[in-house]
Amino acid sequence: MKPFAYVKPVDIGAAVAAGAAPGAKFLGGGTNLVDLMREGIEQPDTVVDVTGLPLSAVDDLPNGGLRIGALVRNSDLAADRRVRARYPVLSQALLSGASGQLRNMATVGGNLLQRTRCPYFYDEASACNKRDPGSGCDALDGFNRSCAILGVSDDCIAAHPSDMCVALTALDAVVEVTGTGGTRRIPLTELHRLPGQTPHIETDLAPGDLITAVELPTATGNSAYRKVRDRASYAFALVSVAAGLQIENGAVTDIRLALGGVAPKPWRARQAEQLLAGGPADEAAFRRAAQAELASAAVRPGNAFKVALATNTIVATLRELSNEGTRR
Amino acid sequence: MTLIRMNVNGSAKSLEIEPRVSLLDALRERLGVTGPKKGCDQGACGACTVLADGRRINACLALAIQYDGCQITTIEGVDHPLQEAFVRHDGFQCGYCTPGQICSAIGMLSEYEAGMPSAVTDSGGLGEAEIRERMSGNVCRCGAYNGIVGAIMDVAGSDAR
Ligand SMILES: Cc1cc2nc3c(=O)[nH]c(=O)nc-3n(C[C@H](O)[C@H](O)[C@H](O)COP(=O)(O)OP(=O)(O)OC[C@H]3O[C@@H](n4cnc5c(N)ncnc54)[C@H](O)[C@@H]3O)c2cc1C
Ligand code: SF4
Ligand code: FES
Ligand code: FES
Repeated sequence: MKPFAYVKPVDIGAAVAAGAAPGAKFLGGGTNLVDLMREGIEQPDTVVDVTGLPLSAVDDLPNGGLRIGALVRNSDLAADRRVRARYPVLSQALLSGASGQLRNMATVGGNLLQRTRCPYFYDEASACNKRDPGSGCDALDGFNRSCAILGVSDDCIAAHPSDMCVALTALDAVVEVTGTGGTRRIPLTELHRLPGQTPHIETDLAPGDLITAVELPTATGNSAYRKVRDRASYAFALVSVAAGLQIENGAVTDIRLALGGVAPKPWRARQAEQLLAGGPADEAAFRRAAQAELASAAVRPGNAFKVALATNTIVATLRELSNEGTRR
Repeated sequence: MTLIRMNVNGSAKSLEIEPRVSLLDALRERLGVTGPKKGCDQGACGACTVLADGRRINACLALAIQYDGCQITTIEGVDHPLQEAFVRHDGFQCGYCTPGQICSAIGMLSEYEAGMPSAVTDSGGLGEAEIRERMSGNVCRCGAYNGIVGAIMDVAGSDAR
């Protein structure tokens, strides 16, 4: 690992100033950054440990929503009673990610900005436009089982790895960021960028932009997370679905749908939502909506299976939620 | 070089380290505490699991400097019924994963007692499915899983339900 300087500021202004310096990188739990630094993929000159900042609270908002400090550990957020009661999709998504040990370390801020697990991104001997812009993309014709099928480009097909982000996307989460120019609020759906021709630029954040909190609007009802992977636990998603569904008199009154494992960013399935809104809450409708969302999929031999897998997982998740809705 | 202080298994330690030294390397190479093992060095196996202020973590993805001021417990500092239960249940073959398994199980049991849910939680106490899910961060290449789960059920059955 390349040597670096380490600072641990205790106020936000100092953290932003330190993070804005050339070559600086924020450090949360370290579960992604330390790994990437050891592999030589990240080589910061200064590591700014943000865990000394007062950003570890989960607070109720006056409007019924929830404000989650950027330093709340993934395990603590998953266990929070309000999250479990009002946003089950978020608790479930967190608990489906990584391991007990890693969830104890990982922070909300770090989870939002974790980088892809594309095997070639991790392998310095391979061509990878994300790691080394202009070098090519070995995943295109290589081992791309884990790679994305929606929102991809000819330059990069890497999937976003986070489970938490998929749930937060379905919940209309807003990310609060403090930078050198002050504080701003970014809808999570707009935080991450699609790769286009610049896959190395993954978000709209500038150097020094510190994530301070994530805010959730009032919960709208029943929600669930479903994750499909190569082993039962401790593996990244091949496909995952975060959904919220409200039904009245057989018709869909509120639908939120987001997908993981299939896109370079947590994917809000707006097309499917539009097709479902106001219509019947039955299996045929779920399937039509899922198929419409996946119609634009750009597949490779190694990941073509994800179209059917994602379609079926969407249908299964919505079926589960609609059954729960009628049982109540 | 920075001076950090940690309490390791009940004794106060201070050491001069570079910020890039992992907690695992600090323990093993600098303090001679070799119970935590380096299986993968990338968070994927759990062999390096230690307790930091009572919470289980992967020491390989931790920089020692992040844990300045913390209380670290490794297998050397553990005195727990799980240890005998692992022997009784053949919870290991080569033993490489065992220090991590036992530290992880101790952390897991206190998480469970504090009400931490898991991906398989519905109801019905700490059964086999719960243990397997909650212990999935500890891989055993000898495949001693049945003995590991048996040992934990044995101990947890009496004090966690
Ligand atoms: C073996 C393994 C398996 C895993 N499996 C899963 C899985 O199944 N599902 C899943 O979702 N995740 C999984 N993960 C990833 C894990 O969830 C992330 O590594 C973790 O969430 C990152 O959080 P952190 O606090 O440790 O981030 P760090 O590693 O500290 O930081 C990650 C990035 O975020 C930046 N950052 C951190 N905090 C802030 C802040 N407040 N403001 C601005 N920038 C910030 C850092 O600069 C860095 O670029 C796995 C990881 C490992 C090692
Ligand atoms: S898919 Fe993206 S991350 Fe993977 S090798 Fe290609 S450019 Fe790199
Ligand atoms: S050595 Fe730390 S998880 Fe494998
Ligand atoms: S006993 Fe050999 S790795 Fe678990």
